Amino acid sequence: MPTFFIPWPTQESVMAKSQHNHDGESYGKFVRRQFTKHRAGVWSVRIVACIAVLALFADILASDKPLVASYRGDVMFPVFKQYAVDLGLSTWDPSLATADFRTVTYDWAVFPPVPYNPTSTDKTLTSLQDCAPSGEHWLGTDNIGRDVLAGIIHGSRYALSIGFIAMGIALAIGILLGAIAGYFGGFIDIVISRLIEINITFPRFFLILTIVAMVEQGSVWLVMTIIGLTGWTNIARFMRGEVLRVRNLDYVTAATALGYSSPRIIFRHVMPNAIAPVLIYAAFGVVGTILLESSLSFLGVGLPPTVVTWGSILNKAKASTSSWWLAVFPGLMIFITVCAFNLIGDALRDATDPRLRQ
Amino acid sequence: MSAPLLEIKNLKVHFPVYGGVFQRKVAEVKAVDGVSLTIHRGETVGLVGESGCGKTTVGRALVNVLKHVNSDVYVDGEVIYHATDGTTTDLLALKNRDLQAFRRKIQMIFQDPYSSLNSRLSVKQIIAEPLEIHRPDLSKSEVDDRVRWLLEKVGLQPEYALRFPHEFSGGQRQRIGIARALATNPELIVCDEPVSALDVSVQAQVINLMEDLQKEFGLSYLFIAHDLSVVYHISQRIAVMYLGNIVEMGSADSVYFAPTHPYSKALLSAVPEPDPLRTDKQRIILEGDIPTPLNKPSGCGFRTRCPIAQDACAKDVPVLQHKANGSAVACPFVT
Repeated sequence: MPTFFIPWPTQESVMAKSQHNHDGESYGKFVRRQFTKHRAGVWSVRIVACIAVLALFADILASDKPLVASYRGDVMFPVFKQYAVDLGLSTWDPSLATADFRTVTYDWAVFPPVPYNPTSTDKTLTSLQDCAPSGEHWLGTDNIGRDVLAGIIHGSRYALSIGFIAMGIALAIGILLGAIAGYFGGFIDIVISRLIEINITFPRFFLILTIVAMVEQGSVWLVMTIIGLTGWTNIARFMRGEVLRVRNLDYVTAATALGYSSPRIIFRHVMPNAIAPVLIYAAFGVVGTILLESSLSFLGVGLPPTVVTWGSILNKAKASTSSWWLAVFPGLMIFITVCAFNLIGDALRDATDPRLRQ
Repeated sequence: MSAPLLEIKNLKVHFPVYGGVFQRKVAEVKAVDGVSLTIHRGETVGLVGESGCGKTTVGRALVNVLKHVNSDVYVDGEVIYHATDGTTTDLLALKNRDLQAFRRKIQMIFQDPYSSLNSRLSVKQIIAEPLEIHRPDLSKSEVDDRVRWLLEKVGLQPEYALRFPHEFSGGQRQRIGIARALATNPELIVCDEPVSALDVSVQAQVINLMEDLQKEFGLSYLFIAHDLSVVYHISQRIAVMYLGNIVEMGSADSVYFAPTHPYSKALLSAVPEPDPLRTDKQRIILEGDIPTPLNKPSGCGFRTRCPIAQDACAKDVPVLQHKANGSAVACPFVT
């Protein structure tokens, strides 16, 4: 994205031009205050927070196990017990170990608002018409009877975790390599810069497709790692430029003259002042990552077929074109998430740019 | 004259210039090309010259930061530190770890008060950090006390310690920079154009502060500037640089009022005359531009613009000739 390579307004110029009398306010607080003036940005943060809540409480919101149930006289919490079983702290009663929790006879039971797992199939549905949104399945099901709403709720986990973890991997590599290249310069800079250029010459999407196709058993972690490992180049280039700028500021010279160690100068003096624009870029980067994962799932590569993501629901829409709900609802979720992250990025950029001050 | 503190002997700093596909070294900028200068204890030495003459590079060489900015820079010569007990150390020959003990003795203050302070750190953090590095024996409260004391010394309220640099004016920021430099109890402070970014009334305040601090702590200053009247005001001795060499050096009075080198004469004649009725002042206008330090003229660097240049000037680089009144001139054709 070429707009990122225009000279960034320096922190000093931003702060000098702002008219404020907030004593003892650090740069972080200052940016936060500016950010709150961007209404779309603030709303986007709330939307992302909602999606995060969906992801965090996905099992409570959508599960085929009851939240609370009385079974053969015992009160139990199957949704929460499942966590303990997954962690190896507990085991299911033999009569329940392989049971379909929806067909078990309980004394009484309270089910989650969406009483389906994203992967469990509703065998009562017999035709494609039955799969349409109804009272049973609010957003319909796919062609094998998997609930779309449950898929969307659980899919938010994959969308966010792939977005953040893949971006985190890319940020860690990019920031470190960029900072080293920019700070030490010389031969190290030449090596890292050429490495970046070699990486950039590969078309990223096809590189990922190729790697994923070569690995027999795909997994979420594999996809995250590959997206992260291919996405650090722009961050590194960006970081390098910022570090080159900051490194020549007088306070870094002062730090050297005072005998501070290189790690101290890099991590305490150079990075905090170089990293803000890179983090803004990262907000947009999360968008790219989410879209990339959706694209992979839409093509049906990368993640195993048992994993339901927004992209894999879209993939099902390919097969049954009359099932509009399979395309509209996950598409809408991707759209909303992507818009929200883009607006957050915009708001962050505006908050650090004096020319757009309100 | 008091004891010498720092003796610079034949200092050379050459910056490589890279070019071509493989970024090979294609040329050298001879920013400093054989500078010798002695700074005594408690003395202020002014270093003047036009932009690009290498005066800032001399200052940076003294605080030993050149290699950090560009590891391929060529630095040669000696910077000899004279301790009070008479021992001498060549700072340029020291490796990083051995240098650490001497770093605190030579500090620097900078031209631009906006880029010389890390805007992410509070004033207290900025001033306390040198103490954390050089005085690990101090407790937290002792560091706090010393930060407050330093702020008072540079004329700021100790309550400002928790504020951030952007909340201060340029003059106040410059005072914070001075406090940071003072934190390690230095003996020499390299002042790289410390007042040229400030307006005139603030300049006077900062200059007075620096003079007060010099008296109180017995500091030496290497005062790098292009404002000649400020340099004359604060310095006991002045050195004039041109194209990487010192062309004239002497007491402030002799250099300011009776310059002998043709370049010093031209430079001093450029000082604006505040009295509008005095029109008799001779303005010497030099012809041409300053040659690039990439490709210096042979012999005397000034000969291409010198009004009294002769054929012999192209042969040898003139050395500083000491005169009877203690000043020195690098030109054999003036007395």
